[in-house]
Amino acid sequence: MSTLEVLPQEVTNPVEPFLRTERIPHIWCPGCGIGTTVNSFARALLETRMDLDKVVVVSGIGCTGRVAGYVELDSFHTTHGRAIPFATGLKLANPSLTVVVYSGDGDLSAIGGNHLIHAARRNIDIKVICVNNFIYAMTGGQSGPTTPLTATTSTSPYGAYEPSFNLPQLADAAGAVYVARWTAFHVRQMTRSMSEVLKKKGFCFIETLSPCPTLYERRNKLGEGLDTMRHYKEKSKVRNGAPTSEVALGMRDDIIVGKFVDRERPDYSELLHHQMITQLGDKYVEAPACSCG
Amino acid sequence: MKNPTRQLQHADPAGVLTGTHFLDGDHACCEGALAAGARFAAGYPITPSTEVVERFALRIPKVGGTFIQMEDELAASITLLGAVWGGAKAFTVTSGPGFSLMMEHIGYAAMTETPCVFVNVQRGGPSTGLPTLPAQGDMMQARWGSHGDYEMIALCPNSPQECFDLTIHAFNLSERFRTPVMFMMDECVGHMTEKVVIPPADQIGIYPRRHAVRPPGEHLNFEPDEDLVPAMAHAGEGYRFHVTGLTHDERGYPAMNPETQDRLVRRLVNKIRMAAEELVQVEEEGIEGADVVVVSYGITSRVAQKAIELAREKGLKVGKLRLLTVWPFPAAKIRALARGIRAFVVPELNMGQIVNEVERAAGGAARTYGVPHAGGTVHRPEAILNVIEEAAR
Repeated sequence: MSTLEVLPQEVTNPVEPFLRTERIPHIWCPGCGIGTTVNSFARALLETRMDLDKVVVVSGIGCTGRVAGYVELDSFHTTHGRAIPFATGLKLANPSLTVVVYSGDGDLSAIGGNHLIHAARRNIDIKVICVNNFIYAMTGGQSGPTTPLTATTSTSPYGAYEPSFNLPQLADAAGAVYVARWTAFHVRQMTRSMSEVLKKKGFCFIETLSPCPTLYERRNKLGEGLDTMRHYKEKSKVRNGAPTSEVALGMRDDIIVGKFVDRERPDYSELLHHQMITQLGDKYVEAPACSCG
Repeated sequence: MKNPTRQLQHADPAGVLTGTHFLDGDHACCEGALAAGARFAAGYPITPSTEVVERFALRIPKVGGTFIQMEDELAASITLLGAVWGGAKAFTVTSGPGFSLMMEHIGYAAMTETPCVFVNVQRGGPSTGLPTLPAQGDMMQARWGSHGDYEMIALCPNSPQECFDLTIHAFNLSERFRTPVMFMMDECVGHMTEKVVIPPADQIGIYPRRHAVRPPGEHLNFEPDEDLVPAMAHAGEGYRFHVTGLTHDERGYPAMNPETQDRLVRRLVNKIRMAAEELVQVEEEGIEGADVVVVSYGITSRVAQKAIELAREKGLKVGKLRLLTVWPFPAAKIRALARGIRAFVVPELNMGQIVNEVERAAGGAARTYGVPHAGGTVHRPEAILNVIEEAAR
């Protein structure tokens, strides 16, 4: 076990041991909420006393995709949209790992949308943390499947007119066993949700809203990062257990946050094991912990 | 620095179906993968390759391992890479359209030095083409299909027996060089049924994973050994490493500068180029004193054999050079042969791919004749014979 029980003396911030400090400063802009979510994630690891040698972070491409590069864990920065299938292979090859997919809304729900719904359907035992800033930020603020109607982005200069995804409803409908939404303002609640999913078996999905003052707020004249935090504070309504069909986001509507889904369903490995035992009995050889000699 | 030449290990008997079998090439490929120690496959159905994973799905629960059918080839081709970093030996299987979708992850595997095997049972293209009929039109795609610079290893079997033998070899090369290996079958070889002899496990040599030998803190996942290939740690072993498809340094950390790019890309290319001569496998026959050498691979080599025999009956001096390794291309072999012969004849089930490599390597020392064919069936031996006769004049 390498769980930190007593902090080393030279450590000044309790989350510092979770970060690759030699890679700091990070690339995120002032006012961006991604770093806040990473702070919550580190605190969740600390609270749950996870064996850090067994926690793996897998990211796709984009601003949130860079999280994998800053956490002092085994971490994979994969291809655009494919963090979930990579994580699926990793988890199935070594079930003792706690596999966390940490990526953005465009990566997970546009280019990677197919993998999101199928991993939820299979109930693969991975935890997905989706930071939603409503745009593709890394490439300069283009619109995506989460961009609210009428929002201005670099590829919707006259305002977005495509309906957007309600991500909690998507994850819920596809079969996720845990679905929550928080914002960068809700650091304690977000930390609690992260702690819960680290201990929960099956496909878990946490959406976290984040300001992107450089590209989203600025283009939409919504002020600085701090103004967005104030907006989150004023407009957020905690409704734990709310039907996910009622939590869609609009441009300036109320933001319904909370833990919407927390249920039990056999995960992929349990279903596989049950079916093979039923069909093959003692001829079934369970996959050994992988080792290539 | 440890010595990169490593002892081969015996195959794990759990995956070796020792005995004499009557198998098609697809099934033999699956048995080769199991014998090589592959315990993870991710696939997506596509004709004419699906039989490989169908057999794997049937066999693996009794061997101990995992098969997962993914939602598409994009997923399949990276799920296997996740499994490798989790400690498994893994592969995927596809055909033309699926191979096109997998290109990004072939590049990701090359960049992150993830040992794995991609099997492509080639069918007629472009696009959906001829799903159940043969071609060899993906030979250049196997070499160059993903963006950027990298070096590739690709093998080409011409019988079910070779589908077994060379699949093991493909895994061994992938482990030795920490690189993806393309296993380029074709519909005919995949669906042809012949005798396949599977030896006992202790007669099958397996190249073990180049696993980190130093403890966490002292090991770097991208610091090369003398042969330019680094050793790798798996996730969950306490190394706390980072892997990225971005240009990276020896630690695996992104480094966006031309110096790191040059160091990394040169090494990725050179680790295979340096060993090219030794890893190239060809079969030659009747080369001595030949005027014409027929260069072929895969199913076309079996048609070429007939054409060569017909030509010899007519008194022509014809040699045979069959490429088991197509990439890296056996250029040195071709160059040496070119000095002593009049011409090369290169039949292939495409409109001219490997023929250009032969011509390049021959460097004008011998003439080069292609025998193009768009696929859908194999050549008629007479079509190859005609070109041999023309080349011998």
